[in-house]
Amino acid sequence: MAKLELKYGNHACAEAAIIAGCRFYAGYPITPSSEVAEKMAELLPKVGGVFIQMEDEIASMGCAIGGAFAGRKSMTATSGPGFSLKQENIGYAVMSEAPVVIVNVQRGGPSTGLPTQVGQQDVMQTQWGTHGDKLIPAFCPASVEEVMEETIRAFNWAEVLRTPVVLLMDEVIGHMKESVDMTKFKDPEIWNRKKPKVPPEEYLAYKPEEDDVPALADFGDGYRYHVTGLMHDYTGFPTTNPAMCQELVERLIRKVKRRAKELEKNEEFMLEDAEFAIVAFGSTARSAKLAVKLAREKGIKVGLFRPITLWPSPEETLYRLAGKVKAILVPELNMGQYVLEVERCAKGQCPIFRMNRANGQMIYPFEILEKIEEIASGKIVIPVSKA
Amino acid sequence: MLQPIDIPLEKAIEKKPYFKYLRIDKMPHIWCPGCGNGQVLKAICIALDKLGIDNNNVSMVSGIGCSSRTPGYFDGYTLHTTHGRALAFATGVKLARPELTVIVTTGDGDCTAIGGNHFIHACRRNIDITVLLFNNWIYGMTGGQVSPTTPKGSYATTTPYGNYEPNFSIADLAIGAGATFVARGTAYHVTELVNLVEAGIKHKGFSLIEVLTPCTIQYGRKNKMGIVDMYMWLKENTIPLKAWEKLPEEKRKSKLPRGILHHADNREEYTHRYYSVVEKVMGGNK
Ligand SMILES: Cc1ncc(C[n+]2csc(CCOP(=O)(O)OP(=O)(O)O)c2C)c(N)n1
Ligand code: SF4
Repeated sequence: MAKLELKYGNHACAEAAIIAGCRFYAGYPITPSSEVAEKMAELLPKVGGVFIQMEDEIASMGCAIGGAFAGRKSMTATSGPGFSLKQENIGYAVMSEAPVVIVNVQRGGPSTGLPTQVGQQDVMQTQWGTHGDKLIPAFCPASVEEVMEETIRAFNWAEVLRTPVVLLMDEVIGHMKESVDMTKFKDPEIWNRKKPKVPPEEYLAYKPEEDDVPALADFGDGYRYHVTGLMHDYTGFPTTNPAMCQELVERLIRKVKRRAKELEKNEEFMLEDAEFAIVAFGSTARSAKLAVKLAREKGIKVGLFRPITLWPSPEETLYRLAGKVKAILVPELNMGQYVLEVERCAKGQCPIFRMNRANGQMIYPFEILEKIEEIASGKIVIPVSKA
Repeated sequence: MLQPIDIPLEKAIEKKPYFKYLRIDKMPHIWCPGCGNGQVLKAICIALDKLGIDNNNVSMVSGIGCSSRTPGYFDGYTLHTTHGRALAFATGVKLARPELTVIVTTGDGDCTAIGGNHFIHACRRNIDITVLLFNNWIYGMTGGQVSPTTPKGSYATTTPYGNYEPNFSIADLAIGAGATFVARGTAYHVTELVNLVEAGIKHKGFSLIEVLTPCTIQYGRKNKMGIVDMYMWLKENTIPLKAWEKLPEEKRKSKLPRGILHHADNREEYTHRYYSVVEKVMGGNK
């Protein structure tokens, strides 16, 4: 039987982190993410975990990575400007293969932008924010219950892939209250990092196993090794050997990419017979879903495709979708970011329409409906870049 | 020069027990001839040996710079992080594993320029980390640019007409920010440095040991000082604290005191305080 509890998005994220086994949090307050920190400050000491409010986001990211190497499931949460500050150390986590979860409750930008209002403007920063080549998984929930599911999933994949994972929320999801069926989280599947099976003398912290992921020993457990953000060999020691460097970067990307099918998670709503598709994520997908229902009432065959795993992007699934429908509409709370991914994956098979907003307001269902009606009636022929 | 390949490790350790803290197989190191960094590493290793701390109980963390390459040669849990951020990472390690001895090796640029904010806050928290701040008055790794500790009038690649910026007194900065153990040593006075590191590690709280160490290449070349000149400068311009205190005010300015400059035992260590809160909360929950 379902056990419903009313929960606040950001608090749900913190509670799920504890369920996932998170025992280390380092953060710096920023709207609209601060409630994650506040809840963690309350919950972590109760389970023997560490909470620390650091002096800034750069420090928080570094501290969380330190905690991860010392054996704790580790997390930090932030929003726009803080996410920007974390980027260098996020790159470090990629390179040093530190399992860590970064929650980004998006607000509007650039800069301090719109602190208390919704935005989805960090889609590209999530993937391309830190310099260098990499593939960082990013999960994007659209309800409070899903915040919990995705938080747990983020920890699981961070640990298994030895990589940073971003939980990309938005202000509306972080700040809304919804009921959550807590029976789902009674005994969820929890994955942990691979520990070395060899004695310390034989341990190589950066020698990949079959799945491209090296086993990770915790600092303090007798397995002494070196960690650096520089290109390194299997021991972790810096190297400029071209073959070693190439191999390393390729592996860091490959270890995520090869699990892309398992990482992929989407919701498909009324897509079976759809002639038109809306591709939307996060809070915008909530509006889109209602728009689909309203359009169906008017006899327009439209469906919703909602990526939950934003990165790696569901390339093949989007390609197949584009081959099936007459047109795709991508509404998002930015000036056109995810639409670029959709366009890339669709490979020109159907027209792709955008709907963009960056003023801190939601895109409402009736607006999406209007747009779908226009598209379905053939009123807009050439895809336009502005709503 | 050390020829690692020729000496069997057990033999080397037999002769010099502190060698057990070195990753001999990663030698030769990258530092320039005459650079003081090796002396500091040696002092850390001897101090650990004297204290009887096992490799398996030490984590060494650094940022970026020549001095920050130290952990690579140290056989412990070593973390070479991003520029300026060593203390943030080290705080994470220490909080997650308070039983570890955590040592940070950092440069004047790393710690007091880009890492200045983390530095003052680590001092304020009084977390039990021992910081060896290699102060060579310059950015060594990037080719000799001015640093927050470059003396007035000194030359650097970004001060071709002489440095016109005022500089930090690292010890004063640390004391002001709340560090409970502050000391100064040099790469010339290694025996003394060993004692300072020992005392710093023993101190349960934030320990800062500023080590004046010559960057023979970048600073030396720019300021027309040879390797010997630089070590002689350290010898002649630094004096033990007791002697320094006896000097008349006007003479103090030209000399730097060495030794433990500040030692306070009146503040609780951070991880200790944190875990006592945890204990209370968990106890209260039963
Ligand atoms: C974010 C960032 N900015 C700049 C650099 C370039 N950089 C590398 S080392 C260094 C200065 C190191 O000077 P210091 O800390 O005094 O150490 P030293 O090399 O003298 O031991 C700088 C600026 C960097 N690696 N990262
Ligand atoms: S550049 Fe200076 S600090 Fe760096 S290794 Fe050479 S002498 Fe030492």
